Amino acid sequence: MDAGMVIIGAGECGGRAALALREHGYDGPISLIGEEAHLPYERPPLSKEAIVGADVPVAKTILTAERVADAGIEFIGSSRAVAIDRAAKNVRLADGRALAYDKLLLATGAVPRRLSLAVAGPRVAYLRTFDDALAIRARLTPGSRVVIVGGGFIGLELAASARKRGAAVTVLEAQPRILMRGVPADIAATVHALHADNGVEIACGEGIAAIRDDGDVRIRLANERVIEADLVVIGIGAAPVTALAESAGLAIDNGIAVDGRLRTSDAHIFAAGDCCSFPLAIYGGRRVRLEAWRNAQEQGALAARNMLGAELEHTAVPWFWSDQYEFSLQIAGLAEGASSAVRRDLGGGAFILFHLAADGQLLSASGIGPGNAVARDIRLAEMLIARQARPDPSELTSSDVKLKKLLAA
Amino acid sequence: MTDWIEACGAGDIDEEDVIRFDHGGRTFAIYRSPDDEYFATDGLCTHEKVHLADGLVMDEIIECPKHNGRFNYKTGAAKGAPVCLNLRTYPVKLEAGKVYLQIG
Ligand SMILES: Cc1cc2nc3c(=O)[nH]c(=O)nc-3n(C[C@H](O)[C@H](O)[C@H](O)COP(=O)(O)OP(=O)(O)OC[C@H]3O[C@@H](n4cnc5c(N)ncnc54)[C@H](O)[C@@H]3O)c2cc1C
Ligand code: FES
Repeated sequence: MDAGMVIIGAGECGGRAALALREHGYDGPISLIGEEAHLPYERPPLSKEAIVGADVPVAKTILTAERVADAGIEFIGSSRAVAIDRAAKNVRLADGRALAYDKLLLATGAVPRRLSLAVAGPRVAYLRTFDDALAIRARLTPGSRVVIVGGGFIGLELAASARKRGAAVTVLEAQPRILMRGVPADIAATVHALHADNGVEIACGEGIAAIRDDGDVRIRLANERVIEADLVVIGIGAAPVTALAESAGLAIDNGIAVDGRLRTSDAHIFAAGDCCSFPLAIYGGRRVRLEAWRNAQEQGALAARNMLGAELEHTAVPWFWSDQYEFSLQIAGLAEGASSAVRRDLGGGAFILFHLAADGQLLSASGIGPGNAVARDIRLAEMLIARQARPDPSELTSSDVKLKKLLAA
Repeated sequence: MTDWIEACGAGDIDEEDVIRFDHGGRTFAIYRSPDDEYFATDGLCTHEKVHLADGLVMDEIIECPKHNGRFNYKTGAAKGAPVCLNLRTYPVKLEAGKVYLQIG
């Protein structure tokens, strides 16, 4: 008898997977277990609209209660899975309940890395959940002083949103520049200038000696400078949630290790989204872990189909976007291993950098510009990357040459 | 209700492409298919209110520039995550080299 499908983690990935199981004809029991009280919702707005919007935000759900009911998905919210018994094929919840599974999907996501020298308190915050966003928003009043530790995407988006709410914002980055991970220097420089124009102080190469919260927060830097703030938000990256998989004895390698079909080292257990690392065929099978919304969606849907017996490989090109002020940034592919880069200017301050391997293979395209100025070309570049194309660099740089034409070639 | 609004010249849209058309405080997207037919839909994505005219047209699909939500622009049908609400479509006619929309 079919014990059913169990999904641990009711985020972007778990929510999409549950729907995809039904869309692909599965009619057995589906349980979706989520530690948060909310139905699956989108996280990207949490550093954007949820902070900026005039009204107190509501979670932007992927699955409404109605849809869950219609699809016959059992959503078990505010509930933590604490153990997997692989021999008995069941999952134990914190309240002691056990759920049997035929196939299990781990979609446990990632959590913010903690800064060990900062004691968490009401004025020392992290941003991952809707509840985190509400708490941060409540402290972002006009004139309040906010320090953001970490010049990565979440920190910078929050900096832009906090400015829009009228807060005074300082960003502290330990590295020599912001967006060191995965973003070309020219694009990071554009983002940096954008923040400077909007009155954000960005201090790079700053080590932090101590963070204390006794009514006001005091941040002491390694160079002895002391900054006082009403709120500190720490955004120094995220770590995959692997403890459950690890204690079940599944292979871990910078995330829950899966094969190209998103299967863990146990053939009945799959993992997808921010929590897993997987081989990317277009880059010679290199193992990567992504923290990206579209990836979570695509892998959730793909894992669902493979749980139903399809044998599909995950081949999608990594893709990411970020919105800051009126600018959007989009990155398709991964630039690691590139030996050259060429630039395409699109006018209005928008531009794209293409990274190419020594043999001419297009590895990535990173663009920034006002509104959606770079979107089309990034999308076309993504298709070229998927084909492992070797476009003529001079055609990439010339904005007279339509990328759509290169695709037809 | 049945008024036809002149929107643009037939040649203002490339083949397999889209342009934005604003009228009466509303915004529309007008498409020219690879088979040289014209179609029109609401101008804004149903996920977040983003202009579809900045997106990419492939065959009968318009892909939203923001998060790659897809719609069939001939029928308005949403083609999967993150979009789940369909786009409204509008009748289009071509007359003397001009594209007309019936937006009712
Ligand atoms: C503020 C913010 C802004 C972002 N902006 C962008 C953006 O602009 N562009 C972009 O591409 N990406 C963005 N992202 C990243 C994107 O949201 C993530 O990649 C995506 O949410 C990953 O989905 P997931 O389902 O794998 O993990 P998550 O969304 O993290 O979901 C995992 C869920 O599993 C639950 N869980 C974990 N362990 C257990 C357990 N043992 N039992 C029960 N439940 C459990 C967690 O509570 C969580 O709800 C952003 C993320 C954040 C936080
Ligand atoms: S705004 Fe169109 S897909 Fe999100």
